Amino acid sequence: MIELKEFTCIECPRGCRLAVRIDSGVATVSGNSCPKGVAWGAQEAVAPMRGLTTTVRIEGSSRRRLPVRASGDMPLSRLLDAMAAIDPVVVRPPVRRGDVVLADLLGLGVDLVATDDLEADAERGAE
Amino acid sequence: MIRRVDTDVVVLGAGPAGLAAACAAIESGARVVVVEREERVGGILKQCVHDGFGVARYGLKLTGPEYALRDADRLASLGAVVMLEAFVSKAERTDGGCRLACVDRSGVVELTAGAVVLATGCRERTDRQVFIHGDRPAGIFAAGLAQYMINVQGLLPGRRALILGSGDIGLIMARRMTLEGMEVLGAHEIKSEPSGLSRNVRQCLDDYGIPLELSSTVTAVHGSRRVTGVTTARVDAAMRTIPGTERDIDCDTLILSVGLIPENEIARSLGVPIDTATKGPKVDQNMHTLAEGVFACGNAVHVNDLADYVSESGETAGRSAAAYAASRLKTGGRAPERRLTPLDAGPGFLYAVPQFVDLAAPRRGELAAFYFRSRATETDGAVVRMSAGGTALLERRYPALRPPEMERFELDTDAIAEAIAEGDTAMPSDRRITLEMGRRSAL
Repeated sequence: MIELKEFTCIECPRGCRLAVRIDSGVATVSGNSCPKGVAWGAQEAVAPMRGLTTTVRIEGSSRRRLPVRASGDMPLSRLLDAMAAIDPVVVRPPVRRGDVVLADLLGLGVDLVATDDLEADAERGAE
Repeated sequence: MIRRVDTDVVVLGAGPAGLAAACAAIESGARVVVVEREERVGGILKQCVHDGFGVARYGLKLTGPEYALRDADRLASLGAVVMLEAFVSKAERTDGGCRLACVDRSGVVELTAGAVVLATGCRERTDRQVFIHGDRPAGIFAAGLAQYMINVQGLLPGRRALILGSGDIGLIMARRMTLEGMEVLGAHEIKSEPSGLSRNVRQCLDDYGIPLELSSTVTAVHGSRRVTGVTTARVDAAMRTIPGTERDIDCDTLILSVGLIPENEIARSLGVPIDTATKGPKVDQNMHTLAEGVFACGNAVHVNDLADYVSESGETAGRSAAAYAASRLKTGGRAPERRLTPLDAGPGFLYAVPQFVDLAAPRRGELAAFYFRSRATETDGAVVRMSAGGTALLERRYPALRPPEMERFELDTDAIAEAIAEGDTAMPSDRRITLEMGRRSAL
């Protein structure tokens, strides 16, 4: 069976219009301007994968939210489950970018890591 | 007591443009003071927790904070003086450069400098600027404000949102609000094509089944204390609403993603001429405005699609401002001579930046970056040609040009100077630099 699918590639801002032809389980990608499009298009046709970026709650700081990201892509269909798993996470300063704030998200083999530094609040002297 | 600080270059704003400008100026040998109104550097990137930044500059998909931290680290290692929670209350040009009155926690600081770099970014268009009729209840937010509330303050702006406009921030927020548990009913775009990048339509709307309604707009907002709903209507090719297509939609939040405008209050107070098309200062290829000693970069000059380009213009502005300040010191205060030749962009373009080329400032082999946006969508292979003195210097065929997508090319400005010098014997009209759009190659 031959199946044809079209996608806008999300690998870079260029947004190439990809056509993916799947013939007996083998994907052929066209419309790409770079090799990234081939890999992305072939994956997108069978099981879309996405990155996840969000924030987690901060305690013990004047800042309220710390930006975080998943260390790798996960199935598009699991993003909302991942958000639910991340909801209870709380961090306290200090946190360095790259620090793991939640390991092995949903057992998918990706960690949730900080994407910003969180220092302890600076002492404000009498002014 | 007023503290006085004398320096070579003052950079206003520590977003991506200002950070790059400050780093480049220090690396060029200048003493630099950065003035930033927030508690931390990074500008709007701090609230852009999504990824996609840095593809052009680093070959990486970074989040906004990660992208900003790279420049912040670089600036810290260079030992810049950064004034945080500081505001400019008065700016004026002087014989030696410029003088700025700033206010920070220590009080009033008077800064004098040989050059100033405006890296003040842009502001969001509001409901007042898109003529939405009806009531003025709570629940109407510009997309960037909603982004600040969710990503920095940890507050949800509402439960059920409709988005007006399809700019990138609006698309990004459609996804963000959905992930945070809000219901996003759709994005309504008055134009017949989306304003944002197509990859954002894919990954922010399509992924979540959020409809994009093209040629559709909001004609009224309902509710007295809080938004209770909006009326949408379809529009014709002239953007007039089509009677009978009105729909009332229940929602408690209206998100506006209807464009950004360069922030130029300080530029105006310094007497910097503003381009009516970009709404930012007119600049030359060194990001020098038409006011001597005043440089500008990033979204303060024109609204860019990518932070990478913002940083690039910041680097150019910082390097040029440092060279300018050093040159004035060396010549006892005399400003370097400029020979500004306008770049005439044809009717096919919304705008082109820089608006001028300074022929007295050769780049010594370095290429100058030019940016443009087409006025209309061109999908049948438009040819863009830059000429000087009647000689075509660069010609490029584009499979597709869309107004929301900024295009960039590089050119050796020494080649422009040579072409114009050769053209000097001919008609005065040949002494121009032109950017034209056509169908066929002339080369």
